[in-house]
Amino acid sequence: MYKYDHYDQAMVDARVEEFRDQARRRLEGKLTEDQFKPLRLQNGLYLQLHAYMLRVAIPYGTLSSMQMHALADIADKYDRGYGHFTTRQNIQYNWIKLEDAADILADLAKVEMHAIQTSGNCIRNISSDQYAGAAADEVVDPRPYAELLRQWSTFHPEFAYLPRKFKIAVIASEKDRAAMRLHDIGINIVKNDAGELGASFYVGGGMGRTPMIAPLIRDFVPLNQMVTYAEACLRVYNRHGRRDNKYKARIKILVHEMGAEEYARQVEEEFAHLLDQGVEPPFAELERIRSFFQPPEFGTGLTEKADRSDPDFALWIDRNCSPHKAPGYVSAAISLKPVGGIPGDATAAQMHLMAELAKGYSFDECRVTHAQNIILPHVEIGRLHELWTKLDEAGLGTANLDNIGDIIACPGLDYCSLANARSIPVSQKISERFASNGKGELLGELKLKISGCINACGHHHAGHIGILGVDRKGTENYQLLLGGSEAEDVSLAKITGPGFNEDGIVDAIETVADLYLERREDGERFLDTYRRLGMDPFKEALYG
Amino acid sequence: MKILTGNDLKTGAVVWWDGSGWSIHITEAADAGEEAEAILATEEAARRVNSAYAIDAEQTENGPRPAHIKDRVRALGPTVRPDLAVPAVKKVGWDWVI
Amino acid sequence: MADFDLGTGRDDVQLRFREDEQASIAAVTVDSFLDQTDAEAVRIEPGDDARDLLPHLARLRLVEVNFPSYTDGRGYSAARLLREHGYTGELRAVGDVLVDQLRYMRRCGFDAFAPERPLDEADAAAALERYDHVYQAAADEAVPIWNLRHG
Ligand code: HEM
Ligand code: SF4
Repeated sequence: MYKYDHYDQAMVDARVEEFRDQARRRLEGKLTEDQFKPLRLQNGLYLQLHAYMLRVAIPYGTLSSMQMHALADIADKYDRGYGHFTTRQNIQYNWIKLEDAADILADLAKVEMHAIQTSGNCIRNISSDQYAGAAADEVVDPRPYAELLRQWSTFHPEFAYLPRKFKIAVIASEKDRAAMRLHDIGINIVKNDAGELGASFYVGGGMGRTPMIAPLIRDFVPLNQMVTYAEACLRVYNRHGRRDNKYKARIKILVHEMGAEEYARQVEEEFAHLLDQGVEPPFAELERIRSFFQPPEFGTGLTEKADRSDPDFALWIDRNCSPHKAPGYVSAAISLKPVGGIPGDATAAQMHLMAELAKGYSFDECRVTHAQNIILPHVEIGRLHELWTKLDEAGLGTANLDNIGDIIACPGLDYCSLANARSIPVSQKISERFASNGKGELLGELKLKISGCINACGHHHAGHIGILGVDRKGTENYQLLLGGSEAEDVSLAKITGPGFNEDGIVDAIETVADLYLERREDGERFLDTYRRLGMDPFKEALYG
Repeated sequence: MKILTGNDLKTGAVVWWDGSGWSIHITEAADAGEEAEAILATEEAARRVNSAYAIDAEQTENGPRPAHIKDRVRALGPTVRPDLAVPAVKKVGWDWVI
Repeated sequence: MADFDLGTGRDDVQLRFREDEQASIAAVTVDSFLDQTDAEAVRIEPGDDARDLLPHLARLRLVEVNFPSYTDGRGYSAARLLREHGYTGELRAVGDVLVDQLRYMRRCGFDAFAPERPLDEADAAAALERYDHVYQAAADEAVPIWNLRHG
């Protein structure tokens, strides 16, 4: 894992003091709320439905056990004993006091964490593949590149007041587990024919009210020019992105209106100029960062077979464990989606436990996924049963990864001031329905994603099944979408037709699921069947 | 009726104008009538409240009930966490919210 | 010289980080600047393209960049572009310039500030001195941390 040196530490420490000063000026009346808002937002502090909300960055989703313990302590000390893991691999606290915010940031700084640029119209936390450094299929560990970009984007003086927020994801495998092409910039670290590493840049993806899949802007940027290229991408956006309409301000609209080719041309021009400006870090810096991400000392001669005699355990292995590059290991997913639970929420006690398990079973590391779960990246197969038993006792052993019970849900009207409808109760009802009728397991991989409004924090456009909460004459209503994917087979979901009320939407999901069970062919996932059959039979089943 | 709501500047708690100050209990919310804008301006300037606004509400036997569900959720707490509901308001029940 | 004055007289400049004498010339819009051959001061609005000025940098003594609202960050790119292309005259941020933006503005090459509402100078000084180091290169002299790390 990356470790701060005194420069990194001084940076976050100074930030804490800066924010302490800003909060003081607000409390003393030297700053109006209008002036304070962008400052608190650049420190992840929102004013939400019930209180201030703090979003803490978890760079590329990686946490040590010490950091996870610290997150738990914050939940206990300053919040109401829980936190919410988000689709951008961050954590949010919902009940924060402005008076405490600087102290929380100070506690975070002690464990090399911060809330810098987790909100506001700047470059946000950089997300990555949750299996980075472990996945059997990766070209290379993508996190050093994400870390380099984290440093580059931190307090970037030119890009603090962009037209709109800016999200970057970095992956390094053909499989996309980070919704890379639904980001403002998606970077895939690839190898060219000569065996050299480089970065493919996809620019202009996003969700929100106009979802778009990022087109490829450049297929290979040499690693020693990656930061410069990113700088060029951002500068073209900062200069030409729309500022007349907040809903058209994301880079996806610029790339769309300008055309990907013209955008790429302007980036190339800016890039050529910037290459002479000395913005690229020395290559030695990338090497220094890489040295922090060396694989841990994996054991050898370990068993590659688990004892599957306990059927519940066998199911959990099949569902929640994924292949590892080292023989004898897997990556194990801790589902934060117990049946009927609140997706992504974890209590302080659960966080402490996950921290201990990360220490005991996974070389002191865990990861947050964009699907709001936690991964222990490096677990010995021979110790899986022991691990699962402990998880199960704490209500963290649900075997439902990527199943219909593994729902992504935004906070919705229960917490969010922009919401039209509640997302969490709908997700709870769906997960209960499919657990009790036993179909959840039959359905296999089925990614269901719910947003409480068009902003799409719950990725509904990218769900195999998506649900969007809307306001219909003052009551909550839910639209159903089908056929989205955030993975390497990326696609945007389409609306089926008129919306449903809260119970109606749960029935509608079951109707759609039943049709799939009836019509699927060998080995087809829900998404494959939908793609083969098209929307019509589903519409027919839903609306007759 | 018109009632006023916002958040406490320091703690962020949801608060309601009770005629002389800000209460965390919507049951104590007072009708601000024509005064709404004036009160908001003074209170905001004095930093006794943050991001306050006026809303329509209906007077009921349980006290004022906001016209919009968002403010009803604010009054009680997240519907998915009854354990965190504002205690004095909890007796109005969750039906009141939805 | 200027066909009309946009209102920023020398008295409005609250902070200045230059040794040279402050020029008392009025800035003209980019359009009228491009129409003239002798103007020495120009004022860039967010919608203007700073690149239009690049052929004329040699005759410029003052560039004002207007921030009608601090949230519109185009002026940061404009400033940095001018510096990258060799402009060395005064680069003045005017308009909705606030304490907490000063440091970023300095890094993008601004060396004079004429805020609409005067800044608290103690707060401004604190904001400018807060950080000892920077991560990335910009239009100032600061050496990025990653260069310090590797000598
Ligand atoms: C509760 C406070 C939140 C607020 C006020 C909020 C607000 C927004 C808004 C306004 C957008 C649309 C941005 C745009 O297209 O310009 C957005 C998008 C998004 N938010 Fe949130 N959000 C909140 C919480 C969350 C949470 C909890 C998550 C993760 C679970 C999240 C993840 C996202 C994602 C992934 C997007 C889509 C990014 C894109 O459009 O490309 N947000 N949010
Ligand atoms: S999608 Fe809408 S309701 Fe859900 S968190 Fe985002 S802004 Fe709030």
